Amino acid sequence: MTEIRFHGRGGQGAVTSAELVALSAIDEGKYAQAFPSFGPERRGAPVVAFLRVSGSRIRVRSKVYHPDIVVVLDPTLLDIVDVAAGLKPGGTVIVNTAKTIEQLRAQYGFKGRLAAVDATKIAMEEMKVPITNTTMIGALLKTAPLTTLSAMEQPLNHRFGRIAERNKKAMERAFAETTIRE
Amino acid sequence: MAKRVGMEVSISISEAVKLANVDVISAYPITPQTHIVEHLSEFVSDGELHSAFVPVESEHSAMSAALGASAVGARTFTATSSQGLALMHEIMYLAASMRLPVVMSVVNRALSSPINIWNDLSDIMAERDSGWIQVFAINGQEAYDLTLQAFKIAEDPRVLLPVAVNLDGFILSHVIEPIELFEQKEVDPFLPPYQPVLRLDPEKPVSMGAFGSPEVFIEVKKQVEEALIGSQKVVAEVWKDFGQRYGRVYKPVESYQTKGAETILITMGSITETAMMAIDALREKGRQVGLVHIRLWRPFPFKEFLQAIKGAKTVAVLDRALSPGGVGGPVGLEVKSALFGKEERPYVAEFVAGLGGRDLTVETFIEVLDKAEKYSQKQKDFQYELIGVREK
Repeated sequence: MTEIRFHGRGGQGAVTSAELVALSAIDEGKYAQAFPSFGPERRGAPVVAFLRVSGSRIRVRSKVYHPDIVVVLDPTLLDIVDVAAGLKPGGTVIVNTAKTIEQLRAQYGFKGRLAAVDATKIAMEEMKVPITNTTMIGALLKTAPLTTLSAMEQPLNHRFGRIAERNKKAMERAFAETTIRE
Repeated sequence: MAKRVGMEVSISISEAVKLANVDVISAYPITPQTHIVEHLSEFVSDGELHSAFVPVESEHSAMSAALGASAVGARTFTATSSQGLALMHEIMYLAASMRLPVVMSVVNRALSSPINIWNDLSDIMAERDSGWIQVFAINGQEAYDLTLQAFKIAEDPRVLLPVAVNLDGFILSHVIEPIELFEQKEVDPFLPPYQPVLRLDPEKPVSMGAFGSPEVFIEVKKQVEEALIGSQKVVAEVWKDFGQRYGRVYKPVESYQTKGAETILITMGSITETAMMAIDALREKGRQVGLVHIRLWRPFPFKEFLQAIKGAKTVAVLDRALSPGGVGGPVGLEVKSALFGKEERPYVAEFVAGLGGRDLTVETFIEVLDKAEKYSQKQKDFQYELIGVREK
């Protein structure tokens, strides 16, 4: 089982990210569980969402305290939230940032596997909005084969309708442009 | 054929209600129940479900409208949580005593104050004595299945009682997980249209909910009590029928790893499968522990429960509601009552945890089992223990 924690700000779509990956994984016959951090919606405030993907039935329903992967949708959170809290040894941190991985390490001291992508830039170019949820799915799938880009199409079409294409494009670009360092 | 899909559990409840072809939905939105009725209102406005959707000004009216609709013979659904259920309180008793088979999803949430939108079972436990049949889902599939089954149980002419299907707020209601959804043609043979025995009809006038003087009141109450106790037979029949048709078997009380178990943990609702992981972890270390979860809370299945815990030296109960000034929570109270006067009875350790959405982890259940065994060894004399309190 892979456990993932998404960090975003209310309105950026952290919950949607977790949900869409879960839907895609379930479509592929896997088991998945996605849920929000159960708070009243607060636009702009730090929020978390949780995702579990597994080859077998998932029974645990508590929050994710020891994630395998942490996805950070908003770089400004790095200064106010300990995003790597509880990260499993060998776990991965994925950050939406304009910085390089070396700059991130120097500034925040992340040890272990680190991935970076300028998701805000991609989202602005492809969708004209700074909403990075679908873009960061591309980065997530680059670091872990939880589901495939092609399996993501159906949930994206269903959720976004006529703007689904732009979301797919942003996701695919992030998949291609994400850099990973062990 | 049934189709496995990823879906928010709340939405799957709406799908079940749609398959039940309800005639009337009356509702007032409240977190965390809102998605259920929101989605049902979409079905109705999109013409996918031919029901009257009655948006009302309060939960008191939602339940009142549901009673009126049920009294004319309509298949009726509503849903609520927490303060909303509390506001329905006086009408809850009417539904049962008037023998109106309303089905309601109760998306369990703490009662204020302090105001809190998160999960515990204090809302439904305040309705324990309302005369409703009450069942608890441990996962999304169960919440979906129990909703469909609820109509068949409630409307059985031997029952004619309202049913509350409980699912934990957020922990179940807002989770996306795989659910097997039925097709309409698969459900129709299981759940034919409601055939009311007696209904409000201008052609054949009757009075319902009339004045009950001391000469008749006790007799009415006895009939309701007999119907509620008798409903367990119908519940069993419906679950058997459901199991034969669709392959998922439901029982009033379920056991997990209880063979040879010296200590048994009692749970209800969505904490159950997390608690099973604690059982597995302790079994791996050679500990003789097991779990029993109660699915049918009212009528309480005394016989099945006693059978399930037979042989245990220690029973640990995890309640998610508190009866202030009493001996802990309502489940513990029921367990102790069930055992009172029995020749062989285990030591009962009562715990209250998870109030107002405090997260319960595998480690919490291990802690509870460890404490229960320790207290049992010492035969510790205590009423209950509140788990996870932060204090100096």
